[in-house]
Amino acid sequence: MTDKDLTSKSPWTTEAMQKRLKKRYRKETAFKAVGLSGLLIGLCALAILVISIFTTGLSGFKETRLTIDVYMDPAIIKAAPDLDEDARIAHMAKVNHRALIRNSLRLSFPDVKSRRDIMALQRLTSNGARDEVRQALIDDPTIIGKTIPMNLRASSTVDMYIKGQISRDVAQSSRKISDKQLVWLDKLNAEGRIVKGFNWIFLSSGDSREPELAGILGAAIGSLLTLLVTLVIAFPIGVATAIYLEEFAPRNKWTDIIEININNLAAVPSIIFGLLGLAIFLNVFNMPRSAPLVGGLTLALMTLPTIIITSRAAIRAVPPSIREAAIGMGASKIQTQLHHVLPLSLPGILTGTIIGMAQALGETAPLLMIGMVAFIVDVPEGILDAATALPVQIFLWADSAERGFMEKTSAAIIVLLLFLVLMNGLAIWMRHKFEKRW
Amino acid sequence: MENTSKAMIKARNVNVYYDDNHAIKNVDLDISSGTVTALIGPSGCGKSTFLRCINRMNDSIPSCRITGSITLDGQDIYDKTIDVVQLRARVGMVFQKPNPFPKSIYDNVAYGPRIHGFARNSAELDEIVFTSLQKSGLWDEVKDRLDTSGTALSGGQQQRLCIARTIAVNPEVILMDEPCSALDPIATAIIEELIEELRSRFAIVIVTHSMQQAARVSQKTAFFYLGEILEFGDTSEIFTNPKVEKTKDYITGRYG
Ligand SMILES: Nc1ncnc2c1ncn2[C@@H]1O[C@H](COP(=O)(O)OP(=O)(O)OP(=O)(O)O)[C@@H](O)[C@H]1O
Ligand SMILES: [Mg+2]
Repeated sequence: MTDKDLTSKSPWTTEAMQKRLKKRYRKETAFKAVGLSGLLIGLCALAILVISIFTTGLSGFKETRLTIDVYMDPAIIKAAPDLDEDARIAHMAKVNHRALIRNSLRLSFPDVKSRRDIMALQRLTSNGARDEVRQALIDDPTIIGKTIPMNLRASSTVDMYIKGQISRDVAQSSRKISDKQLVWLDKLNAEGRIVKGFNWIFLSSGDSREPELAGILGAAIGSLLTLLVTLVIAFPIGVATAIYLEEFAPRNKWTDIIEININNLAAVPSIIFGLLGLAIFLNVFNMPRSAPLVGGLTLALMTLPTIIITSRAAIRAVPPSIREAAIGMGASKIQTQLHHVLPLSLPGILTGTIIGMAQALGETAPLLMIGMVAFIVDVPEGILDAATALPVQIFLWADSAERGFMEKTSAAIIVLLLFLVLMNGLAIWMRHKFEKRW
Repeated sequence: MENTSKAMIKARNVNVYYDDNHAIKNVDLDISSGTVTALIGPSGCGKSTFLRCINRMNDSIPSCRITGSITLDGQDIYDKTIDVVQLRARVGMVFQKPNPFPKSIYDNVAYGPRIHGFARNSAELDEIVFTSLQKSGLWDEVKDRLDTSGTALSGGQQQRLCIARTIAVNPEVILMDEPCSALDPIATAIIEELIEELRSRFAIVIVTHSMQQAARVSQKTAFFYLGEILEFGDTSEIFTNPKVEKTKDYITGRYG
């Protein structure tokens, strides 16, 4: 009895308090549920994205080849026997490889007679097959006069059919592959002459009008060169600006205005930076169009605010006691910065920089403005060569009427995502490497 | 011969404002070489603020404004021609909270000599590090792990590392802001011994909340109250025969 009296007196055991407690638990549970469902939705969206890209994109890394017995007809090759090496290679490059392939196909399909059918038969192979025959002739001159079984690249249409992207159930008029071609392919298939392999050309060459010959290397190198320029320009300037604003600049109206404007710049649509790049670098300084140099400079303008803002945050996070210690030892401001503040804020600065670079890597709009959207076959060799970048290449392929570019688009997206994952991995690795505790 | 390194600090009519907060009011104080001057007084009365004026650490606080004059060897330290960086090397500071650099113990102590070019070679640098650590009573504890981080030490060890770091650059004046507030009695005794030893070559100003400590280590004591110095004189005089009522209250209050 007295016990009960005692307990009822404490405010912690009253009914009202119990109710409040329950309410608090309810709120907590509700909040957790909301957070968790948000997370789940995000994960689902990510999973759908990744799955859809990978299901269409992975086939872009594979190619179809047709095993054809190529008769290296001396009558077509017409090689003079006593040429020196250079002249021989030059001659082999000029040989009518197309005729070689056509005649070989006719030998394999003796019942194909009409000119039209022979053309259709030849269209099973890619234009790139000619290069493969040429290379074989250059590599080994002794094959002339022999019949060599070669795995020749199939055309994009055949490739799509073999990968199941074209159905033979549709009416002939609405598919790109004719009934006759299907019969020939069936024959080749029955003889085990259709082989699938890794599409090296996708990783080792530049753009092409033909999907089966198009590669990502040109765009990847273009992106790399562009990012290099961006990094070299934006990183030192950005970090120096951040240090100046954070540690040296007087606090007054002007620095306030500058600060606000830097924050605003980070939110400016990227296409505006493209216009700026067009106006300044191309029109005023007459730099070469489509060059990674201009792309990099433009993206550097766009990335600078991000680097400045994140670097300032990282610098500000360094405890003031470290600064006081250094200053109290008689270190100058610059010494304090370089010896103490910068090393401690480096992980944050690097993370911010890589986030900025990742942003720049994915940027398309500003590059369109400065002409990095041109159709460029050659892999760029320097920052002054014409180039495109990965996202622009994706844009170009996605825009293409040729259906064979569909899987190339997704494959290119995979490459871009890989780049991003790599960069983020690098950021995490650097964080761990440079992180110090105090 | 020691006289060349002796410093004399004269503060005249010093006022410090943090925006509108008048933290130091008309303070006059003489600090002479060969003496330990203790600054005592209740929390928030401006001891740290005054201490930081002496090596211009307050410069980095934008809201802080100082009037009056403080001279070191007859030279106004707030004069435009004064090199602040050099001033801070001459007037070393040990902070209230230990703040070693997140670098190795060795690098912590070697940092000052390095940036001021005190050592001609690594052997000399080793020697400076050794004597500094020994004087601060830390050598025996850390001699086997000089390359471990200074932040991995205990709070008291960190504070002694900070003292070693400060004396490694041979300052003429050492300002200590409650250097023993994080230390156990043994470490405190080591520091007090060190202060006694350093006194012959340096002028030392120490802020402390421990009346016993002030009585033990200092020759002069200044009692701060609400930004003013209410009483300044020989330590023995102040502790035995305070002239101002507030001083007496404070000292006896602390004694309990
Ligand atoms: N950085 C600052 N900005 C604004 N006001 C400050 C700053 N530092 C100190 N003050 C103010 O100046 C006054 C004196 O502070 P100070 O730190 O000098 O006191 P103290 O005597 O060292 O106290 P304690 O014994 O607690 O360390 C206080 O009123 C404090 O609020
Ligand atoms: Mg204080």
